[in-house]
Amino acid sequence: MGEILKTINLTKNFGGLSAVVDVNFVVKKGDLQSIIGPNGAGKSTFFKLITGELEPTRGQIIFFNKDITSLPQTAISHLGIAVSYQITNIFPMLTVFENVRVAVQSRKTTFNLWSKAISHKEFVEQTRHILEQINLSDFKDEIAANLSHGHQKRLEIGIALATQPKLLLLDEPTAGLSPMETRQTIELIKKIAQDLTIILVEHKMKVVMEVSDRITVLHYGKLLAQGTPDEIRNNEEVRRVYLGGVKI
Amino acid sequence: MIGRLTMKETGIGETFGLGNRELRVEKVGWWQRLVELVSRNPLVFIFIFFIIFPFVVPYKALATQIIIWGLFALGYNVCLGYTGMLSFGHAAYFGIGAYTAGIVLIRLWQNIWFSLLCGLLMGGITAFILGYLCIKRRGIYFAMLTLAFAQLLYFVGFQWVDLTGGDNGLRNIPAVPLSIFGLSINIYTPLRFYFFVLVFVASSLLAINRILQSPFGHVLQAVRENDQRAKSCGYETSNVRWMAFVISGAISGLAGGLYALYLHFVGIESLYWTTSGQVVMMTLLGGMGSFIGPFIGAGVFLYIEDTLSVITPNWMIFLGPVFVLCVLFFPAGIWGTIKDLSTRRRK
Repeated sequence: MGEILKTINLTKNFGGLSAVVDVNFVVKKGDLQSIIGPNGAGKSTFFKLITGELEPTRGQIIFFNKDITSLPQTAISHLGIAVSYQITNIFPMLTVFENVRVAVQSRKTTFNLWSKAISHKEFVEQTRHILEQINLSDFKDEIAANLSHGHQKRLEIGIALATQPKLLLLDEPTAGLSPMETRQTIELIKKIAQDLTIILVEHKMKVVMEVSDRITVLHYGKLLAQGTPDEIRNNEEVRRVYLGGVKI
Repeated sequence: MIGRLTMKETGIGETFGLGNRELRVEKVGWWQRLVELVSRNPLVFIFIFFIIFPFVVPYKALATQIIIWGLFALGYNVCLGYTGMLSFGHAAYFGIGAYTAGIVLIRLWQNIWFSLLCGLLMGGITAFILGYLCIKRRGIYFAMLTLAFAQLLYFVGFQWVDLTGGDNGLRNIPAVPLSIFGLSINIYTPLRFYFFVLVFVASSLLAINRILQSPFGHVLQAVRENDQRAKSCGYETSNVRWMAFVISGAISGLAGGLYALYLHFVGIESLYWTTSGQVVMMTLLGGMGSFIGPFIGAGVFLYIEDTLSVITPNWMIFLGPVFVLCVLFFPAGIWGTIKDLSTRRRK
């Protein structure tokens, strides 16, 4: 299967600190690829380089055979990369419905000043569909800020899905969730992974091992290992630096 | 519905035993129902109110002044309340609109429609140019840039005596009759002029209402709520803010044009930073992010000015504390507080 995203010697320095060093990374179409690594391993920075929030110091990012290095964030979003953030990043004072609807609308129009927003049937339809997918239909008229943390996290994923991405980046989607909410989110990820390519950053090893097709391990910004969950589980070096010698 | 049944969720068995203590009928006051009704259909109520308005204020010219400034505050609110940009230089667009309308009437064409259209366009064009430079920065830097550009225009107006009359202001703006369908109507009685202005205020309200409900209007609110997230959804947020700034500037320009017609005169202080400050105060007093707030703010501000300036030239001394208290204790503004109170009581 084809490669969707490829990074070539991707590097980011913050002054003297190298957050990401010469990472060569490939995601295949349809895969769910996880990135793991201790805190400060450069996972979030790596995401920000892909989404265009940060500009790499050197290296290249190829998305569908197109060099997207240094493209602005909005252009990358329109090419089909969406991100769901680690720190909940929603539109707090808008309703749940509006949070998703405004993201759906971003694919079509910005400067339409004279028609009624809710008269655009296809946006409304698509929004309903996504709310069903993330299981928030019952809360559609709630102000997003009033939702529980777990629901906000799911809304966060909904906003990302609403931009109809070809590649979805999920940054710790289960952080701070209760075991039950974590379970629901895992099911959601499995469901959307069926027809979407996903890169997942996650700390909970159980989640990673369960949902991933492939795993990449970062350590101090460098690529330490890559492989299937089983290969990673049995990799001596990974166990030494990351898993603390514990067998999982 | 006159009463609303509320039952505390704590222990229903207990509730029945205790009777009225837990189970009570709370009356929803008439004013709470009114507030709810008004905030649900703000435009209808504003229009009804505006028709009665000139007959309840001390004199009709005050009503005219209030709705002109209210219109200015409304335009400003597109910037502050709906997009979250604190501009400290809206005097520029108001003043430019006023001067443009006045100069067009004196030198170019004695047609009221055309002069107001020019005021609106020039307000928009100025905001288009200055906005391009200002929206590159956020927060306090944005505020300072808008202030700096407005002061720049003030000094241009001050020095360019041939065009603007400089310190003396633009005098002798002719009282041109209004031409409509081949008729020419004298609009310069206080009541007629009020309703003439009201036509523009009403159409601006309808237009802004329309824009806020459009897809673009929703993007504006998304940008206000979370600029970074809007960007990652693929919106060019700086262009969105720029557009909002232009709309805001155009409405301010229209308000300026009406003000010039109202006074037959444009003072240099219409470009001065105090004018910018005044519109910020009005918007905050009334409550930002609503249609009604700016008009209430303008009304309270001008009413206080009107009453106190007869007694003392230092009336600002009294307005200052009112403003400070308002911002400290009622940050949602007068209208926002009324709305909060009416919903909180009922919970």
